[in-house]
Amino acid sequence: MDANQFIVMNGKELVFEPGETILDVARRNGIDIPTLCYLKGASPTGACRICLVEVEGARNLVASCATPAAANMVVRTESPRIREARRLNLELLLASGRHNCLVQEMDLESWADFQLKAMKGQDGGELCPAYGECRLQELAVKYQARPKGLPPTDTVYPVEDVNPFIVRDFSRCILCGRCVQACNEIQVNNAISYGYRGAQSKIVAKGDLPLVNSDCVFCGECVQACPVGALVPKADYGTGRLPLEARKVRTTCPYCGVGCQIRLHVDDGKIVRVTGVQEVGPNYGSLCVKGRFGHDFVNHPDRLKKPLIKDGDRFREATWDEALDLVARRLGEIKEQAGPDALGLFTSARITNEENYLAQKFARAVLGTNNVDHCARL
Amino acid sequence: MTNPIKDIEKARVILITGSNTTENHPVLSSYVKRAVTRYGAKLIVADPRKIRIVRFADIWLRQNLGTDVAWINGMMHVIIREGLYDEEYVNTRTVGLEDLKKTVEKYTPEYVEKITGIPADQLTEAARMYAGAEAASILYAMGITQHISGTDNVKSLANLAMLCGNVGVEGGGVNPLRGQNNVQGACDMGGLPNVYTGYQKVDDLAANTRMAKAWGVKDLPGKPGLTATEMIQKAHEGELKALYIIGENPMVSDPDLNHAEKSLRNLEFLVVQDIFLTETAREADVVLPSVSYAEKDGTFTNTERKVQRVRKALDPPGEARQDWRIIAEISTRMGYAMEYESPEAVMEEIAELTPSYCGIHYDRLETDGIHWPCTGSDHPGTPCLHMDRFTCGLGVFHAIEYREPDELPDGEYPLFLTTGRVMYQYHTGTMTMKSDGLNELAPRCFLEISPQDASRYRLEDGDRVKVASRRGEIEVRAKISEKAVEGTVFLPFHYAAAAANRLTNAALDPTAKIPEYKVCAVRIEKG
Ligand code: SF4
Ligand code: SF4
Repeated sequence: MDANQFIVMNGKELVFEPGETILDVARRNGIDIPTLCYLKGASPTGACRICLVEVEGARNLVASCATPAAANMVVRTESPRIREARRLNLELLLASGRHNCLVQEMDLESWADFQLKAMKGQDGGELCPAYGECRLQELAVKYQARPKGLPPTDTVYPVEDVNPFIVRDFSRCILCGRCVQACNEIQVNNAISYGYRGAQSKIVAKGDLPLVNSDCVFCGECVQACPVGALVPKADYGTGRLPLEARKVRTTCPYCGVGCQIRLHVDDGKIVRVTGVQEVGPNYGSLCVKGRFGHDFVNHPDRLKKPLIKDGDRFREATWDEALDLVARRLGEIKEQAGPDALGLFTSARITNEENYLAQKFARAVLGTNNVDHCARL
Repeated sequence: MTNPIKDIEKARVILITGSNTTENHPVLSSYVKRAVTRYGAKLIVADPRKIRIVRFADIWLRQNLGTDVAWINGMMHVIIREGLYDEEYVNTRTVGLEDLKKTVEKYTPEYVEKITGIPADQLTEAARMYAGAEAASILYAMGITQHISGTDNVKSLANLAMLCGNVGVEGGGVNPLRGQNNVQGACDMGGLPNVYTGYQKVDDLAANTRMAKAWGVKDLPGKPGLTATEMIQKAHEGELKALYIIGENPMVSDPDLNHAEKSLRNLEFLVVQDIFLTETAREADVVLPSVSYAEKDGTFTNTERKVQRVRKALDPPGEARQDWRIIAEISTRMGYAMEYESPEAVMEEIAELTPSYCGIHYDRLETDGIHWPCTGSDHPGTPCLHMDRFTCGLGVFHAIEYREPDELPDGEYPLFLTTGRVMYQYHTGTMTMKSDGLNELAPRCFLEISPQDASRYRLEDGDRVKVASRRGEIEVRAKISEKAVEGTVFLPFHYAAAAANRLTNAALDPTAKIPEYKVCAVRIEKG
């Protein structure tokens, strides 16, 4: 390693690799610099100006996500000046749209008190669907941002909900650009971009059309990337349910062979939302429309709930004992009369390894046949 | 896959064939798109349809249906003729080049153009591009395998990759993309007629005795059994009398459905274990309600051989039971006691009996999965196969001649039909069609047809159209699309109400026994 390749961060000498930004070096060394617009895996935009740090010799604060580390750079990541700048930027963001969660008039010192107060005071209907998982809210609390002096902007955008999966509410959009990065650089679906200029700036799909009429494929990458309540899964919209309340279980997507890692958000015995697991492959947080929005079948009323036995040409419900006995008896009889190779078993590409193992063991050791296959070829 | 998914971003050239990647493996397709847009890789797509990923391609080779061996041989012809192959690699790691050379000699680009319709200079350019890359990755899916020449197609792709030294290198490989979440695992676990777990052959005496001993039975059948398609056939003939189907829906997914339907009805006894009353379950004598992925613990193995955890998030509805318990209980009732405490205990038994899964234990899968082969508790797993040598010694070239598909268009059935999937539905729709949102985006079956063919048949977008093959007939709506090329129409196979598989041809690949879903001849008529 070249001896020159050091930067000094908060008084500590840290090695960096060519191409790393100040933020990269900090993250690698466990130094927390708050970010809002920064999206891992995409090129930095420096749009939100929250990750500001001081670099010795530079007149202005710099965005750490977009500034490459350079030899002998001296960086400070926290200082009154930095805090003040971050707070100011947060206040501007809060004032830029309909951020009507309690954070606006908050006077409380701690997050927990704030939570309790909010839960008590707000009625579900009005609550922003991102409540409690909003990055802006979290940072506003941390930095005591209160845009008292700044009047909230009137909202000019109606909510767009004319597609089955994604609600777009631009009155809450802070134009951080994470969704644009997610769509163009991570999924490379190229469905959305910045449109218009200045105060009219807005995220648009194909000349400002609803998503259904654009190239959007409803992968929901943008929804997962949105740090506020501007892009929300439709299933979560207007339910009054707080995202915080769901239990999260990590598992594997049941659809294609990519095997994306997913988190099921479970509330009241139902899957209420699905998110991609950011930390590991193969998907690093990405999902497709099926993996993110296609889980209704699990809680569907048509699910089979009782064993069925055919009586004539109709089914009747049966007890497990009756059904299992019948299966065991009939398979046994046919094996007896016609030999084991008159029996066959289709195992499945849908069930687990453990279940497949037992299925083939059953066919071979119990039925006594190698007539076991699954429909992967089909 | 020989290589992990992440490796795609390291490829300099990517060749995709027979895979509608953006629709069927969307998240994996993003790796391809990023390789192109961010890392400057070149992309070659060989596909009969102008699928979405073609937008990112440098070259789109449009082959006639079922002519894959010909264009792959043609690429190798150019590569050999121009001396572009990796000589050192071929000399040290492979055998059989001489035979291959002899076979591909006649596959000049001009000869190949006549068979495949791919312009000779385009093929030459693609061959140079592929061979010129430091690391080139091949991705393929059912568009390669679902042919009577499916095995030949796969071997031809392997030939091409080996010829250019692309197997066993980062960013390279020959990578089949599995369509269903646990196809890889079902195969690894011995859900096949000829092997136990980890591909240990049932007719290998040592493996056979070892398994018999481990399972505590006197002997195990030593002759490979029937494949799924053969079982359907034997059921038709009355030789197969009982079938136990777990979580599959052959009544929509099988080729030549009319035949499959008769076969299942001919059985003396049919048990179906599933989460819904599927088209297949309706035919059953007994239906056993099982649980969905969200209600069970276990593992799936993905297309890159990575074993990953499935975790229970919900309680099953009603009296539905875990699949593993159902199997164990039937077994116990038939006099063979199967007693496990949990799926984890089953995995311990798998690890014990399967060299490639030997080091797979649940406690190691907590934060991330492991790629098999994983041969011990401290083995890190194997993301990339064949690194220093082929698992089975030297790589063998197979000299392969092109054969025509089983059925070609003629005066009576003048159009080619190919089948596949759409992004918003999955397989036979058992799961996706329970989502109002997905149904809204992909509500019904359609016939994708080129503007040229549409005008020939005087079809407008959305018109009703009858599609008939020698085996059956369905009625769908026409969808005029630039994806389709004149002379070839496409149907998604998801929809039971207009099942594409009433039309498809059940002719099988002689080795893999895969039906030729991707090619048959049809005629259409305004409905
Ligand atoms: S859902 Fe996916 S494709 Fe659609 S705008 Fe969002 S990121 Fe882009
Ligand atoms: S989220 Fe989509 S790409 Fe990922 S495993 Fe599921 S179906 Fe496949």
